[in-house]
Amino acid sequence: MTDFALPGELIHALMPEITLVVGTLILLLVSAWGGEHSSPTRLTTRFALGIVAVTAGAVILAWLRGDGGTSDGRLAGDGFRYAVDLVLLLGTAGTLALLDTEQARTRAYQAEVPVLMLLALCGMMLLTAARDLMFLFIGFELMSIAVYVLAGSNRSSARSAEASLKYFLLGAFSSGFMLYGIALLYGAAGDTRLASIGATAVGPLYLVGVALLLTGLAFKVAAVPFHLWTPDVYDGAPAPVTAFMAACVKTAAFALLLRIMTEALGPAIDTWHPVLWWLAAATMVVGNIVALAQSNLKRMLAYSSIAHAGYLMVAVLAYSADAAAAMVFYLLVYTLATLGTFAVLGIVSEGRESATTIGDLAGLWHVRPGLAVVLAVCLLAFLGFPIAGGAGFFAKWYVLQAALSSSTPLNVLVVVLVLASVVSAGYYLTAIASMFNQPRSSNAMMPVPTPIFSGVVMVVSVVALLVLGVYPTPASRLAAAGALGASPLRTVAAPQPAATAASRSQSTLPEQ
Amino acid sequence: MTPFYKFQFYLFALMAIGAALLFVTRKSPVSAALWLVNVMFALSGLYVMLDAPFVAAVQVLVYAGAIMVVFVFVVMLLNLGRPDQLPDLREVGARIGAGLVGIALFANLLAVRREVLPVVELAPPSDNVVLPVAESLFTDYLLAFELTSVLLLVAIVGAVLLARKKAVT
Repeated sequence: MTDFALPGELIHALMPEITLVVGTLILLLVSAWGGEHSSPTRLTTRFALGIVAVTAGAVILAWLRGDGGTSDGRLAGDGFRYAVDLVLLLGTAGTLALLDTEQARTRAYQAEVPVLMLLALCGMMLLTAARDLMFLFIGFELMSIAVYVLAGSNRSSARSAEASLKYFLLGAFSSGFMLYGIALLYGAAGDTRLASIGATAVGPLYLVGVALLLTGLAFKVAAVPFHLWTPDVYDGAPAPVTAFMAACVKTAAFALLLRIMTEALGPAIDTWHPVLWWLAAATMVVGNIVALAQSNLKRMLAYSSIAHAGYLMVAVLAYSADAAAAMVFYLLVYTLATLGTFAVLGIVSEGRESATTIGDLAGLWHVRPGLAVVLAVCLLAFLGFPIAGGAGFFAKWYVLQAALSSSTPLNVLVVVLVLASVVSAGYYLTAIASMFNQPRSSNAMMPVPTPIFSGVVMVVSVVALLVLGVYPTPASRLAAAGALGASPLRTVAAPQPAATAASRSQSTLPEQ
Repeated sequence: MTPFYKFQFYLFALMAIGAALLFVTRKSPVSAALWLVNVMFALSGLYVMLDAPFVAAVQVLVYAGAIMVVFVFVVMLLNLGRPDQLPDLREVGARIGAGLVGIALFANLLAVRREVLPVVELAPPSDNVVLPVAESLFTDYLLAFELTSVLLLVAIVGAVLLARKKAVT
């Protein structure tokens, strides 16, 4: 067995990513076709949807084949990788559909915007696969740089440019922290592989590295107190890009967080667990309380996404295979609800100069009952309401269950989570009540007819949410199948034969 | 250690320290940047003396070449005006802070001795200094190497997107 992966092995392990990159390069050529005076953005958007579909096929094939990792342990080939990849592909497909609608209306986006989305997706898929800090950082930067540009992709809006610059400056700063952390961890372990770091004795160098790495990650998932960029960036960025950041960037960052925490930072769990505990509690409380005070819908959703980061951190803290499964399921539900919400938001805020407020939703039920129902279901899913909120309830339920059945039950954190969810009803239900109970003001604009792509996104997300809300078993079972492979917690329980040990995680975990 | 070697060492070391002092005391950003280039050259001379010619070459290419060009470009794009018209950004608080950090680093330098540093197993000296770099670049880090090209592509596409004239309507 070689210590490094041979090119053939790499191609085998990275088939979905290679499919995506090759497709994206062809797309880049297509986007250059139009010349000066025509903007083939809608063509490239649809082409990009096709590439996403083909990549999804490659991911499913790789999952079914089930031997995706490399022998040097730098790339994972487990179910967790493929399950999160599918959530990411779903989120990207939805975002592209919303972009198509947005472009038909505003004509503000250039043909390279879908290209950058696919390249960001490539970075994200790398994040779910990598088991080496070097690859993780490159994937992280690939995602981040593409999203910085995407945030400023509406060239006719000054707020979009401001959002992009803010995100770029703070993001570059946090990447610096992360890189420092990676360098120190490499110094402590002498290797960038997660498994080697997970087998290193904890020393001061290691702990400083963990702290810096955690800072960089907390920034990307928008955990309090590293969340200050979120409302401005979410508000200023174009709506489809905001959906992309809320759904996909968050999903990828959490997949990365979980993998690093379980595979590399196991030895230091006593140190980071309390820190992450407080971050999670602060994120849930601050996110929800500040969201109550927002009237601008996009800012409200930004704070709501901060709160959701807190809920997801509870799943990371629970530190078990069940918790990893709960997290994947939560990310799926969160992606669906985000796409549905932003599809409606795009239509309601059509042609509006100023930001859309909750007041603008008043009486939506009386003019466009369909939109009102879609938005209500998605917001209830965010809230975690049973039946009407669809799978949102089960998403939170699984996280709670995992937190309570964890080896060190997180009772206090569970109470915080439930109380924070109750607080969140304050703003979700206000928006819903305003749609259904208040009369439509006479000078309110009539929303435009739903374009076909937005309509598909809405129908898919609402139907998926409601079906999973009644019958969550298939998705949760799939998520569990994904998480089982990812979690070294199970590999510790049942030691693998030495031959396959290199491709699995070798992290030693503290006594549970 | 031959006297010639010693002379060389003090030459480059004093050059580096002198240029660094001039770098932080110049008011004009462009002359500060050029003194920084001087620091980099002196450091790369020291690397050559440490038998690390590859690191020395990379030091010149990356720091004196690429990074300095970016600095000078930023200074140029900001178009600050003549140095004598510029307000001094280095306030008293910042100077005190920088001084304290400098003292701390100096104390750290005095505290560092061979005994307190972790023992690193040195690779056997070899005439071909690029070979080990190339070897790990194209075996262990082959994928990272290839992925960097995708990363550069993102940067180029992003720059084109943001720098192009307003979207066609």
